Amino acid sequence: MSRQYETVIGLEVHVELATKTKIFCGCSTEFGGAPNTHTCPVCTGMPGSLPVLNRQVVEYALAVGLAANCQINQYCKFDRKNYFYPDNPQNYQISQLYLPICHDGWVEIETAGGKKKIGIHEIHMEEDAGKLIHDEWENCSLVDFNRSGVPLIEIVSEPDMRTADEVIAYLEKLRMMIQYLGASDCKLQEGSMRADVNLSVREAGSPQFGTRTEMKNLNSFKAIARAIEGERKRQIELIEEGKKVIQETRRWDDNKEFSYAMRSKEDAQDYRYFPDPDLTPVVISDEWLEEIRNRQPELQPEKLKRYQEEFKLPEYDAKILTSSKHMADMFEETIAICGKPKEVSNWMMVEAMRLLKEHEQDPENMAFSPGNLAKLIDLVDKGIINRTVAKTVFEEIFARDADPEAYVEEKGLKIVNDEEALRKTVMQVLEANPQSVADYRGGKEKAMGFLVGQTMRAMKGKADPAMVNKIVKELLTKMI
Amino acid sequence: MSILELTALELGRKIKSGEVAVLEAVKASLDQIRKKEPAIHAYVTVDEQRAVKAAETVQKMIDNKMLTGPLAGVPVAVKDNLCTKDLLTTCSSNILYNFVPGYTAEAVSNLEKAGAVILGKTNMDEFAMGSTTETSAFGVTRNPWNPDHVPGGSSGGSCAAVASNECFYALGSDTGGSIRQPSSFCGVTGIKPTYGTVSRYGLIAYGSSLDQVGPIGKNVSDCAAVLEVISSYDKKDSTSVPRKDLDFTSALVNDVKGLRIGIPRDYLGEGLDDEVRQAVLDGAQTLKERGAVVEEFDLSLVEYAIPAYYVIASAEASSNLSRFDGVKYGLRAKEYEGLHQMYKKSRSEGFGPEVKRRIMLGAFVLSSGYYDAYYLKALRTKALIKQAFDKAFAEYDVILGPAAPTTAPRLGESLKDPLKMYLGDIYTISVNLAGLPAMTVPCGTDKRGLPIGLQLIGDCFQEKKIIRAGYTFEQTREGK
Amino acid sequence: MANMISEEIIDYVGILAKLELSQAEKEEAKKDMGRMLDYIDKLNELDTSSTEPMSHIFSMNNVFREDIVTNGDNRDDILKNAPEQKEGAFKVPKTVE
Repeated sequence: MSRQYETVIGLEVHVELATKTKIFCGCSTEFGGAPNTHTCPVCTGMPGSLPVLNRQVVEYALAVGLAANCQINQYCKFDRKNYFYPDNPQNYQISQLYLPICHDGWVEIETAGGKKKIGIHEIHMEEDAGKLIHDEWENCSLVDFNRSGVPLIEIVSEPDMRTADEVIAYLEKLRMMIQYLGASDCKLQEGSMRADVNLSVREAGSPQFGTRTEMKNLNSFKAIARAIEGERKRQIELIEEGKKVIQETRRWDDNKEFSYAMRSKEDAQDYRYFPDPDLTPVVISDEWLEEIRNRQPELQPEKLKRYQEEFKLPEYDAKILTSSKHMADMFEETIAICGKPKEVSNWMMVEAMRLLKEHEQDPENMAFSPGNLAKLIDLVDKGIINRTVAKTVFEEIFARDADPEAYVEEKGLKIVNDEEALRKTVMQVLEANPQSVADYRGGKEKAMGFLVGQTMRAMKGKADPAMVNKIVKELLTKMI
Repeated sequence: MSILELTALELGRKIKSGEVAVLEAVKASLDQIRKKEPAIHAYVTVDEQRAVKAAETVQKMIDNKMLTGPLAGVPVAVKDNLCTKDLLTTCSSNILYNFVPGYTAEAVSNLEKAGAVILGKTNMDEFAMGSTTETSAFGVTRNPWNPDHVPGGSSGGSCAAVASNECFYALGSDTGGSIRQPSSFCGVTGIKPTYGTVSRYGLIAYGSSLDQVGPIGKNVSDCAAVLEVISSYDKKDSTSVPRKDLDFTSALVNDVKGLRIGIPRDYLGEGLDDEVRQAVLDGAQTLKERGAVVEEFDLSLVEYAIPAYYVIASAEASSNLSRFDGVKYGLRAKEYEGLHQMYKKSRSEGFGPEVKRRIMLGAFVLSSGYYDAYYLKALRTKALIKQAFDKAFAEYDVILGPAAPTTAPRLGESLKDPLKMYLGDIYTISVNLAGLPAMTVPCGTDKRGLPIGLQLIGDCFQEKKIIRAGYTFEQTREGK
Repeated sequence: MANMISEEIIDYVGILAKLELSQAEKEEAKKDMGRMLDYIDKLNELDTSSTEPMSHIFSMNNVFREDIVTNGDNRDDILKNAPEQKEGAFKVPKTVE
């Protein structure tokens, strides 16, 4: 009988903070830019340069720590992590080992298996490394320090996860929480959120953890799920073959769906951490902490509750609307203009979600102005356009933030309320379709639907369907 | 009297009154450099063109009354570990043989703003590691009093340049005695200020928690005036201390009545040369005659300062010097295979034996398993040493002692036995561990005619007390 | 010497510090480091069990910058000392296989 194994997973999540400047110098953190154009002596490790801490980094780290129910080290320090690599300009990274800013927190996740708390071991602040571009022509690498010194927080979980589903749920939870706090945009593809997976397996019921490996280079939820499955299998195979799992760092290649060890005899993995003498300790007073606490924005769980209570939305709808801070913001901005939460919610839930799915985009990508959606809702409400036309207009708003009023005007999409003109069109339709008229008279009620449809078509959808119905019926009856 | 015999302040006054032109002073210095350098070799770089150009600019600004300070137009020499924009800065190391910074150290920048004219960069022990200036990659500096002897170190070039009138004053740096010991050996005056008083921005770090920039001059008045100019609160240096008492020249008072001076018995014991002991005790007697209260006391822990210092300084140095890797600036080995060999070869070719020795010791004491036993132990010892000084300063205003156990040794004598050389720093090193201000003033010569220096140590932020004591002592020696 | 420094330790420290030593230099380094550590062991005479490690002399803390961009494009200055450069970047031996 084959043995049963349990997978034990802990995550190290790096998040790039949304500060305007780097953690220790006044260089811009803006993404892109030609190589080394956002650099200075500090973030390129020039001799004699010195770091000075960006206050905002501490505030973001505290905000995340509080949201993740962490204890705060009110006296925290920065340490140097020493290792040589070309993207690390000083050949030490300024990080926190001995006294990280936050520790011992938790977040709650929900999967098909139910709700579960995932422990947060610690959150610390550190600087990002530069970027290495590999030049195949000259068989060399090129170093760009634009990202060097961009502030990061590293969120280290406890080994509390057991499945890829839990890992994804945890990451989604962190992402949502941090986006709500405005501390980062958390884009996996752009690298502003990165996860390293620590994974080990053990026989079900065993009280001890197995030997773990650390996997890097995971830049999508799908890659993470595949890497977890791949590594789980690899470790179980090793154990079944009577071999040992080696504690090591492995790099996941998502194209080959395979990981390989990042070992080198030149890597001692001995980082010789010591307190950075160039930086002073950070002391977080009760007052400062209270200030941060009071400044915390409404987070998703509270918003979810409020949407149900205040706007009387069903839980399902409120969940989807609040799943993205950006979508929730757009929702709230729209109702701030036009009220009608139910209507706004409908447009978001049905049409916006449909279009996002069609274009394989995230809610974060919605770029239209709430004012335009409000105007659209107003146009429908006032009977200026009908619902069918409104859907087309919404597509224009979604795609290019079109002004619905101008668009309706330009395309002549207003409902025609001129009864005389409508009568004329209906007459023409009846004359053109004698068979249907005869069918109706012969008792086939259905034929009327066809004639209404033909009239709407002739009116290019701009007629008020109720009025068309009324006139068609009236004329058909009259002609008898 | 030749211009060269003037003190910096005397020259400054003559320039201000129009009696001496800036260019005249600069040319006199450059002539003296040409004459003396073959025998002394105090400079790594002399930039005549730059000095002449600066002289013209400064002269105009003095004429326009845009520069009115006491040092405007006075030529200065700068230790080669202080970055100077567009002027070669080598730290007397092969690894920086071609490094031209794009920025200027804050201390130098403050001097330039006050109208100083930089003649060039002075020789030093490589990366300030050494006590003789013999570890320079660019040749030894000789003692102007006797060229068979060392000038001391690591600011040996700066002190020799002042002693041989190759400049009117100089900047040095002091991590374990590097201003005070060579000042003693060269018969000049030097001040190591309280840690945090002069910005370290642009000072190429050796031991970041110990390094301070300070003045070296012909007398106490010059040093006080220079210190007043270079001291500033600098937002670019997180360890910079905001102070409101930087008017050091106000302490140039010829009076020590009631000043309580303590002489540590531990500073007069075994290892101290008899002639040095006598000169120091005579100096103490002189101050007593001028009204100071002088007594001997037990400072304790003196013999623990050196081992604690070598752990802390080497650990910090091993990390600080890891940025020299052949990637961003400085030496890259010509032949190598792959990244790690490039690192190893560049660093092995670029660093001299003393620097390698300290980097290796530092890497070792921080390495896994040794951190607590060595590094933390040294930091605890440092705390005890600070406590011992706190206790002493509760009793005394100034601590008086020798700056070095002997006068300048002969060239080649010290490097044979590194440990013995380290022991020579016994009276200076604890001052850096405790962050204290201290000063060396000449107090006599030995029978071979080599200078002896008297060290005056103050409590943190009490530069004015040692300046007053030093100034009063100096007045008693006029004409000696 | 109480502290005997082995060949392995010297090699290990060489990896950490990225230094390549000749055999003669290694022998010298073993001796020097052993002697220094013997000397440093003098610290063990002190009872420091009730003393906190002191990294900074002054109890200064919370030295911050505000989050305002102060630096522009300094690329030319940053690159001018590079031993090798290409397309605005520092050129190094290939870092991945």
